[in-house]
Parts: sequence; C-alpha cells; structure tokens
Amino acid sequence: MLLAGIKVTIPLTIISFSIAMVIAVVVALVQLANIRGLKQLARFYIWVVRGTPLMVQLFIVFYGLPNLGLVIDPFPCAVVVFSLNEGAYCAETMRAAIQSVPQGQIEAGYCVGMNYLQIMWHIVLPQAFRTAFPPLSNSLIGMVKDTSLAANITVTEMLMTTQRIVAYYYEALVLYCEVALVYLLFCTVLTWVQRWGENRLDITRRKGAQA
Amino acid sequence: MKEILRVENIHKQFEGLEVLKGVSLTVNQGEVVAILGPSGSGKTTLLRCMNFLERADSGCLTMDGETFDLGRITKKELARLRRKTAFVFQNYNLFLNKTALQNVTQGLTVARKMPRAQAEEIGMAMLEKVGLADRAGYYPHQLSGGQQQRVAIARALATDPEVIYFDEPTSALDPELIGEVLGVIQQLAAEGRTMLVVTHEMRFARNVSTHTLFMEGGVVVEEGPTKEVFDHPRQERTKAFLQGQEESRA
Ligand SMILES: Nc1ncnc2c1ncn2[C@@H]1O[C@H](COP(=O)(O)OP(=O)(O)OP(=O)(O)O)[C@@H](O)[C@H]1O
Ligand SMILES: [Mg+2]
Repeated sequence: MLLAGIKVTIPLTIISFSIAMVIAVVVALVQLANIRGLKQLARFYIWVVRGTPLMVQLFIVFYGLPNLGLVIDPFPCAVVVFSLNEGAYCAETMRAAIQSVPQGQIEAGYCVGMNYLQIMWHIVLPQAFRTAFPPLSNSLIGMVKDTSLAANITVTEMLMTTQRIVAYYYEALVLYCEVALVYLLFCTVLTWVQRWGENRLDITRRKGAQA
Repeated sequence: MKEILRVENIHKQFEGLEVLKGVSLTVNQGEVVAILGPSGSGKTTLLRCMNFLERADSGCLTMDGETFDLGRITKKELARLRRKTAFVFQNYNLFLNKTALQNVTQGLTVARKMPRAQAEEIGMAMLEKVGLADRAGYYPHQLSGGQQQRVAIARALATDPEVIYFDEPTSALDPELIGEVLGVIQQLAAEGRTMLVVTHEMRFARNVSTHTLFMEGGVVVEEGPTKEVFDHPRQERTKAFLQGQEESRA
C-alpha cells in the first residue's frame, strides 16, 4: 500500500532533481557568461519561480494549461513543475558556487590554451559542485517532502495513497504518522548519503602529504 | 639571432589611470629578459596584456613573424597566439581539483586533444625535469608552495611554448623555498628557453637573465644586456633603483 506511493515518490524526486540540476547549471552559466537577452530570461525565470508558491505553479500547469489546450498527465506534469521549481533555487546555489572559484583558475585555464567551455567543464564546475554539495543536498531533502504536494494534482504519491487508506479505515493518526515515518526514513538515508559524499569530497582536498 | 617576439607601443589604462604608456620590447630566441621596476610600475599589467589576460587599448604584437593588433584582436587569433605562450603566476594558480600530473597534461589532453597516454608521458617527463615525478598523484593542497610553483612551471613547459612569461614566480614563497624555483628557471635558461621574468630577485636577474628591462611609471626607462644595465646603468632612475635594491638586501 505505502509501497505504491514509494514507487512514485522516489522516481518523482530523482527524475525531477536530475533535470533540475541540468537546468541549474545551464541557467547559472548563462547568467555568468553575460549573454544578452538570455541572461535577462534567466533572471526572469528565477524571479517568477522563486516568487510564487509551488502549489500555485502545480495548479497552473495541471489545471490551467488545459484551458489553452495543453493537457499533461499528472506524473509528467509534476516532473515539469518540480524540475523547473527546484532548478531555479539550485541555479542560484550554483551561481554562487561558481563565483566562489578563484579567477586565477580561469586565467590559468586560458593560459594552457583551453576555451571558456573547457575551463568550465574541467576546472570550474567540478570545484563549484564541491562547494555547492551541502546546500544542494539540503534542497534535495526539501524536495522529497515537497513531492507530497503532487497529491493535489492527482499524482498517487505517498500522501495521496495514505489519504485513500485513511478514507477507508478511519485510522488517521496511525496512518499519517506512518507516512511521516517513511518520509523521515527517506530523508535520513539522504542525510547519510550527504555525509558520505562530503567525506569523500574532503578526501581529495585534505589527504595529507605524508605518503 | 632570430627574433621571436616584438611588442610595439602598448597602451593600457584602467578607468582613466594610464598604466602602460607606450611600452615596446623585442625578444630574440633563447633570451631571458628580466623585467625590473618598482611596485605599481606596470610590470604585471604588461605581461597580462601580452597574454590577453588583460586587453590592451592599443599596440602591436609580433610573434613568430605574425603581427596582431592588440586593440582589436579576434578571439580566434588570440587562441592561436596563446598556444605559443605559457604563463607562470605569482600565486601558482594550479588547478585545485587536479593532481600534479593532471595539471601538467590538461593543456595537452583538453586544449590540444592529445591522447592521454602520450600526454602523460610528456607530463611525467616535465615533472621529472622539475624534480617532482614522485609527486605526480598529489593534489595542489598536498604540495608546498615551492613544489606547487615547480608543477606550474612543468605545466608551462608541457605545451612547448615559444615564450614563457613569469610574473614574480617566487614572491609568494617562503625564503627557504625560493631557491628551488629559481634553480628550475635557471636550468631552463641554460637549455635555451625564451623567457620573460618579472622579478624582485636582483641576484637572480643579474646571474640568469641575458637582458634586463627597467620599467617605471608605465614606460621602459632603460633596457639592454643585463651586464651593462647592472654595471653601467645610463639612467639616473635605474641607478637609484638598483642602489635601493642593493641597500634593502644589506
Ligand atoms: N584590474 C585593475 N584595475 C584597476 N587598476 C589596476 C588593475 N590592475 C592594475 N592596476 C593598477 O595599475 C598599476 C600597475 O599595476 P601592476 O600590477 O602592473 O604593477 P606591478 O609593476 O606589477 O607592481 P608590483 O611590483 O607591485 O607587482 C597600479 O597602479 C595598479 O593599481
Ligand atoms: Mg606585479
């Protein structure tokens, strides 16, 4: 029963977050590369997404767009909204992380003959990801819980599944606590993964020069 | 002697502050040019303009017989020109997410699309040259300042540039580490590398460079064979500067 929800919640989170990361990197780079027009577009996107509630965004895409003849199934619709929403927040995280990479790294890249994209890909982004890892993990954990909002657009994720069972058995307290525990479990696992990841990233940074 | 690099009349200003007021210089193959001058005289800016880390307002640069207008050089020309030069920074600027060996091979594998095995062979040879073959797998933060700067020199050598620019390669180092870096540069000089070295190390300039150029206030005050500039400076300003350096060391 809750398993059905798990089958939706986890893929929804993973797929959406993966797309969000791609959006985040592209939007961050577009802003920093100072491409006219595109940069304004990126700012506008972040402004709108961060300035409106996630729930409203879900409703607009799911219930609103059909008025324009655009009907999307619940699950893909949730993926689109969560990706776009998370992408905007992560773009700001990535932008700050990229800007924290010293200018000298970029200059050294140019001096060995690399071009802008090569420098970004091989030098700057790997370093930026290391800086951005903790805040991005935070966003991911937040997102796991936000996926419960998808119940509002009829995605049968965990919360929706629970609601249905509650309607049948009237055991609200027990069942909602149970679903809360499942969320807690997911987030705990993610926290472990985060810690493990941070340690790994640290190894390349701190491993002493004893050898 | 074959002329490899000529710069004519470089001008550069930062928000109205004129930092380079028409600097010209010529470098022949195999020469080691020491660039001296007081702080703020524009030495760093000159090197940065020559490698386009800073865009000059005007001036010409001739490299290997090909002349470029610095004021309106295109991205393509710039990339082509950069492949013939290398830059060693005051604060090393090693790629922090790469090992010593990867730092050295990056310009080959990424920028020049060389197969990795071949690049690593060259990379190891260059690390060997600077005495750090045993540190190939180390990350920059695991190396001392002197070692980092030697890796940076290996990185500069890997692409076999026509000219290597050094901007105060030892001024961020603890005194006891300066020698190892200067030793490497001296070795390169002996091998006939063409180099431009901004430095405050007078003894090094005097012993290693073939030519010396003294800058002040954005102009070249004096230039010539090192021995002449040091032993018989013609300009009062040069004399005063060299004397000042002499005293500050005593
Ligand atoms: N990016 C910049 N923006 C504004 N002014 C700059 C910039 N870079 C350099 N300057 C100014 O240009 C002048 C020359 O600086 P430069 O770094 O070339 O001197 P330098 O001869 O290398 O000095 P030092 O021996 O201290 O390294 C200085 O007055 C400096 O303040
Ligand atoms: Mg300087």
